[in-house]
Order: sequence, then structure tokens, then C-alpha cells
Amino acid sequence: MTLELTTRRVLANHLDHPKTMTEHEADFGSSKGLAITIDELRQSGITGRGGAAFPTAKKVEFLLQQRRATRYVVVNAMEGEPAAHKDRMLLATNPHLVLDGAMVLANLLNADAVIVCIAREHVTTISQVKAAIAQRGARRLQGPSFEVQSPPGRYVAGEESALVHWLNSNETLPQYRPTRPALLQIGRGGVLLDNAETHANIGLIARHGAEWFRRVGTATRPGTTVTSVTGNGKAIVLEVAYGTPIRSILSEAGITYEPLALLLGGYGGTWLDGQHLDVGFDDDSLRPLGAGTGAGVIMALPPESCGVAECARIVDYMAKESARQCGPCAFGLPAMAEDLRALASGHNAGESLARLASRSAVIEGRGACRHPDGVVRFVRTALHVFAEDFNAHAAGHPCGFAHGAPVSYIPHQSDVKDLEWE
Amino acid sequence: MGRTVTFRMVVDPIRCDGFGHCAELAPELVTLDEWGYPILQVEPFPQSDRELHRSAQLAVRGCPRQALTLQKITAAQSSELPERR
Repeated sequence: MTLELTTRRVLANHLDHPKTMTEHEADFGSSKGLAITIDELRQSGITGRGGAAFPTAKKVEFLLQQRRATRYVVVNAMEGEPAAHKDRMLLATNPHLVLDGAMVLANLLNADAVIVCIAREHVTTISQVKAAIAQRGARRLQGPSFEVQSPPGRYVAGEESALVHWLNSNETLPQYRPTRPALLQIGRGGVLLDNAETHANIGLIARHGAEWFRRVGTATRPGTTVTSVTGNGKAIVLEVAYGTPIRSILSEAGITYEPLALLLGGYGGTWLDGQHLDVGFDDDSLRPLGAGTGAGVIMALPPESCGVAECARIVDYMAKESARQCGPCAFGLPAMAEDLRALASGHNAGESLARLASRSAVIEGRGACRHPDGVVRFVRTALHVFAEDFNAHAAGHPCGFAHGAPVSYIPHQSDVKDLEWE
Repeated sequence: MGRTVTFRMVVDPIRCDGFGHCAELAPELVTLDEWGYPILQVEPFPQSDRELHRSAQLAVRGCPRQALTLQKITAAQSSELPERR
């Protein structure tokens, strides 16, 4: 993994180690007395960086309206998305910026504790954050206590209701939360849960103000996005302003080929035809094309690869990552994965294509969390972008690349057997 | 603003185990997918429709997993409802 910087903000002044408290304060200014008001937060227009792009100020207001004796601030650095590396890169560069953001939010909410959640498998990140927390102790900063929690890193473990449920009862299972914003609680305490990158940006807004924050990015999505770019065996993290043309991001990341297609947002994200390289990387520019930025992921599929085969592998992974609590997800995703497998090989795939489209419509919106919706979105955009390939595969003529080396990274799923639906 | 009161059924998909009793008790409002899980009518129905209301109540009471609820929607709320089934 290498690091390239284009708009240096939360990844500013990358060293070869996570910045110590002294280095951090030398770079960004003192953390002592740092604070943010709800007005400043609202004016900054900051939206969540974890994928849903929900306005952070609205979440804070929602929590301030609730009468709570106890409140918690949770930093979500679970990063269950296999194509994303940004939270780890951020915590390996400026851990104190993330902790500053959590600290000012905790002070705004009068919360006693900040809980940083990092997947158990990310041992380096856990030790880096623990070291950073220890350094802060010596600074005698006013504010919350800090702790690290490390749930097992399954795909849905970072979903907000699943994460809060884990903090309550050690189970990473998404919960049924019919209202938005979701009411999250640890015990009887209210919870503000935001992505690590969101916290880091708030650490900067507290220093430089809302006006400064809005200087880059677009009107509706101000600021930068820490983007994980993958393709052709490379995994690069760079920070760019929202609205930066995808072409510039790819060239900055050193991807020289003309991509066949782009996967944006993550494995529950959206496919975009390879010709749309001049579109800005922000949700408003991408929405007319049926795509979005999600968790800041761009996977550039090389020309000599098979979109159908990549989809089959990714949906197979996503189906196995289902928490298997809701019928439409537990049964629907494996059924879709099976049809995609048939299509990828080109054997007995005559009806698979029509079935994928009709099942997409049936499954969508019927899970407790958005996991099945993400897969449906992924499949639906794939059927559109790779329409020709899908038709050829369905007719029994798979392309020459279908059995080639895979592009997308699929994590090892060692514990899938235990969760296999009976 | 007129306060038209409407209702619709919602399911907790985690509780639901696909017994399918709801589709028997309220076939006007519930169909089952190929795996036996309910697909509920998204469109709210008016309070004045006594027969639909009765069917919905039977389905709610008849669910062995107690996964169904009958949700009352006032006109002001209906615009901000999430698109869920």
C-alpha cells in the first residue's frame, strides 16, 4: 500500500509512523481547549464518510433532543469493506485527529466516553490507537475517557446497529430499526456513531472553522474524501476533494489503462461504465448515472477481465457475509450468487439472467439492515453496465477472460461454515 | 390539512421466520416470495376499509412469531415514510 496526496487535510504530513501527540500538535496546533458548537457543525455541512452520507449535525441534534443521563461517542473504524483501506490509513497517519474529533463531539454532547471500534483482525491499527490514547493521558485534556473495542471483522459488523448491538451484548448482528435516524443506545445511554474519517474532519473543523472546511469539495458535499483505489493488484489510498474527476483520481493513483468499468462505493456499491471517467467523484454528479461514492471506494476493472466473473465472486462473498437473520437476505443472496456462478461459467444459464432481474426487485428493501439492498444495487448496475457480456454468457458464450486471474480481492471466510444456513 | 388516517402492515424481518400464516389470513395485503417470506402491500389503506382492516388485524394476531404490526399513518407522516415493505 502506498500513499499519494492530492488535497492534504486529514492525511496531511504523512510520516512513516502514526504521529505522536507532540508531532500532532506541532502540525495541527494544540488539542487543549479544542471545541465545536452545533452551529459550526451545521454550517460546515459535513456528511458521514462511512457510506450513507447522512448530515452529521442532524445526528448530533437528534441526540441532543433526547433526555439522556449518559451519552457515548462511537468511532467506527471497522472497515469491513474489503476494497477500502482508508480508516486504517487514517489511523496510521493522524490518529490524534480522529481522537480530537471524537473529543470535541463528546464535549458538545456532554458524553463521558469515546469508544473506538476496530476490527479484531486489524491488530496493527489496534495497537496504534491504544498507543495514541496512552499519549493523550499525559496531556491532561478536558473531556471524555477513551477506550478501544475490537469486534470480529465481518462485513456487517460495522453496520451501526450491529456495532452498537455488539457493544451491548457481544453479537455482531444488525438490528431492526424502522425509524431514521436510528435510535442507538448502549444500556440506557444515547450513542453518536460516526465513521473515523468523519471524526478526523471534525477535528479540523474545530480548529479552522466551517468556512475553511467548505473551501474544497462541492456545495452539497464539502470537504475531501479519503478514497481507496484498487485495480490490477494495486491498493492505493488518496485524499481528494469531493467532485474531483474520476480520471484525475485514477491517474494520481497510477492506473494507466482505460478501465472496462468502475466499481464505486464498495462491494455493496454501484458499477459505472468505463467511459464515464470525466464525472466528478461526488454523489450529486454520480446520481444521474445511478452511482454513488459510498465508502470512498473506486475499483478500476482492467480491460482484460470479465465483469460477469467478478460479479459472481463478489456476490458469492456478500451472500456468505449475510448475518442470515432475515429470510429475503439469507435465501435471496445465495440464490443470486448461484445464478451469477452459472452465468460466469456459461453453463445452464439460460434463465439465470431474467431470474436475477426479478429477484432483485423482490429482495430489495426487505432486510433489517441495508446489506441485501447493497447487493441488489450491485447486481442491478452490473446487469446494465455489462449487458452485452451477460447476454453472451447467458447464450453459452463466456468471454475469454472468464477464467483469468481475478481482480477483486475476496477476504478469506474461515468461519463461514458455522454460519451456514441449515 | 385533512387528517386522513391510513394503515399499513409492517414486518420485523428478523422476527419473521416465514410461517406464512399472514398470507392465509390477509391475502389482499400479503403475498409470499419464493422462499415463503411475506411481501407486504406498501400502499397504505384507508381506515374506512373495514374489511382490509379486519384482515390485517387477523394477520397481526395470527403471526406465530409476532413479527407483524399494523402501523397507523396520519397524512402528515406519509410523505416521510421510508420505502420499506
